[in-house]
Amino acid sequence: MDLSFSAEDNAFREEVRSYLAENLPKRISDAVRNGTEQTKEMAEEWHAILNAKGWLATTWGVEFGGPGWTPVQKHIFEEECCRAYAPRIVPFGLNMLGPVLQAFGTKEQQDYYLPRILDGTDWWCQGYSEPGAGSDLASLKTRAVREGDEYVINGQKTWTTLGQHANKIFCLCRTDTEVKQQEGISFILVDLDTPGIEMRPIRLIEGGHEVNEVFFTDVRVPVSNLVGEENKGWTIAKFLLTHERTGIAGVGFSMQSLEEVKALARKIRRGGRPLIQDPLFAARIAQAEIDLEAMKITNLRMLFKAQQQGAPGPETSILKIKGTVIHQELKDLARRALGPVAAPFPGAMTDGNIMFGPEGTSNNAARYFNNRKTSIFGGSNEIQRNILTKTMLEL
Amino acid sequence: MDFNLTEDRRMLQDSLTRYLGDKYPVDHRNKIAYELPCHDPAKWGEMAELGALFALAPEDAGGFGGTGFDLMVVFEALGRALNPEPMLGAAMASRLLTKAGADQEALLSGATKYAVAVGEVEAPYELDEIACTATAKGDGHVLSGRKSSVYGGQAADVILVAAMLDGKPAVFEVQASDAQVAGYPMMDGGGAAEVLLDDTPAKLLMADATDALNDALNAGALALCAEAVGVMEVTHEITLDYLRTRKQFGVPIGKFQVLQHRAVDMLTEIEQSRSITIKAASELDGPEAARFVSMAKNLIGRAARLVAEESIQMHGGIAMTWEYPVSHYAKRLVMLDAQLGDTDYHLSRVVAGLQAA
Repeated sequence: MDLSFSAEDNAFREEVRSYLAENLPKRISDAVRNGTEQTKEMAEEWHAILNAKGWLATTWGVEFGGPGWTPVQKHIFEEECCRAYAPRIVPFGLNMLGPVLQAFGTKEQQDYYLPRILDGTDWWCQGYSEPGAGSDLASLKTRAVREGDEYVINGQKTWTTLGQHANKIFCLCRTDTEVKQQEGISFILVDLDTPGIEMRPIRLIEGGHEVNEVFFTDVRVPVSNLVGEENKGWTIAKFLLTHERTGIAGVGFSMQSLEEVKALARKIRRGGRPLIQDPLFAARIAQAEIDLEAMKITNLRMLFKAQQQGAPGPETSILKIKGTVIHQELKDLARRALGPVAAPFPGAMTDGNIMFGPEGTSNNAARYFNNRKTSIFGGSNEIQRNILTKTMLEL
Repeated sequence: MDFNLTEDRRMLQDSLTRYLGDKYPVDHRNKIAYELPCHDPAKWGEMAELGALFALAPEDAGGFGGTGFDLMVVFEALGRALNPEPMLGAAMASRLLTKAGADQEALLSGATKYAVAVGEVEAPYELDEIACTATAKGDGHVLSGRKSSVYGGQAADVILVAAMLDGKPAVFEVQASDAQVAGYPMMDGGGAAEVLLDDTPAKLLMADATDALNDALNAGALALCAEAVGVMEVTHEITLDYLRTRKQFGVPIGKFQVLQHRAVDMLTEIEQSRSITIKAASELDGPEAARFVSMAKNLIGRAARLVAEESIQMHGGIAMTWEYPVSHYAKRLVMLDAQLGDTDYHLSRVVAGLQAA
């Protein structure tokens, strides 16, 4: 047993760190540090910088323009990006659709779409959840009826993250209503310029515009936009969920949050001393730090296993459950450290999704509320417990 | 990075686990664990032959292990079988003897049983509040005072005692037969002793031994963490078996989601416990040993209590009986928290580090 990284991995970490120091614009890292949500322009700028280096599509095979990293290298890259306050890579095209097309798409689909994801021509969003199909995703009702060379789509998708920036959406649609739920679903690509699509913003708990609902009325798309076989979309959906789960522990983001909480607790004074000298508050920080320290090793153990076995196993659901709870606890501590100073409403909200707050608050009340989402999305923590019950506990 | 055990350690773990499963099963354990001397000399000898003791010391001290990972492997196997033998004292004594450069062949072979006496009734965890004193007399020293919660003390031949010498904690070797040793079985099985010293002759092993004592306490706490991981895993396995077979309302109770999710939460905390134990083991000989050991003991104190209480609750009445093994596993999980610093004690050590940074 040996917890140290190899010399090659350490060298790789140094390479990533110095690359980020030189190439991540301070304007962008400052925005991330201050908790203002990234604008479309910032995301595109950062994607373009990484793409020029060949480090954008970290989960792609080398033959498609990926860097060919090991799971451990991917982990190091993500950790360093968090440490440098780089924006999150927008995952929908790069980490979700990209791997799907590589595994299930036709040569034509790969040749057409993959380069457009890399160079930013297309911004994809995800059409999975529906008002009546959340945790029970397989009960989705959005219909795609085949008419000649076209599918005609009717229905509604929701929780479509950053759909306001997107020009394309990948959707799960019901193509057969006669069979078992899971066997009548297809995975279809849709151009958002197609007539009959309407996207409406959903304002979230903290006031931000991050997600949308999408309405489809007689939307006609060519059958060539089907990915994989008709009625085999559920297989793709499940494949995609495992990709969504890489990095799900969010260890890097929690490490970032822990440092923020510590810095706040040293700066803010309460009872005539820095807050960090308050035994109750310090104990809360310490306990979160202990849980995170264990989480780091749990994450590495599962990475190590994935690297040895070639794929992450079902136990990664543990990372989702515990990782989100730790991160939420840290966000709560940041909000509590600020006390009343966290209260002012983030103020102006623009189309670019920028939220302004008083200096020094880093939008911590907003971030606390916004982060309640992490234990709900990507398969809620209760769904993860169902998965673990079946796969690990065999109950 | 490698989370696999080395071949040697895996073999030791396998043979020890197999031996304990075959020769020291829970019913035998229960016969030994709750009555003095809480020790089975024949089995102790066989465990020594398997290398369970030699694994505690590094090669240059006559052993074949001595790292945090070696301790982890041995104590996890002991935990799985809920073994009551006085291994904790042996592990801590071995650390002290190694630091002192003293011969420990008799310890490692199993011929001489050691215990370590640090804590006292009013200051069970603190080195800087030791009241026991040493006085020079003739060629050696004599000790006076009372040592409390000396694990394995009830069966020990030699007790390594921390006592104040010239204002600093020092370590002395005391023959158990020279002291008044009041042994007792513990609520969760296994034995300990109160050791009363009254001008008791003692041989100085190490003066100014604060660092060595801290190291022994860290190693002991790590050993308890690893033991707890073993105990928790078996407790969880037994509970899952019960959920699969116990029927109520016409179905196995494991079909109820309210129990499923709680069983998953136990799994999550056990994995976190294993992770933090691995981390503490890897840091045991480094500059931040105390910090990571305290992190581990804190997390495991929380997790162990959860696993103990949930396993009893999910079983229902059967786990309240002496007959059913889970009751003994649960007792061990709750009570080991109080050994060598409990959840709150270790949290406050982590807090102190946070505030000083």
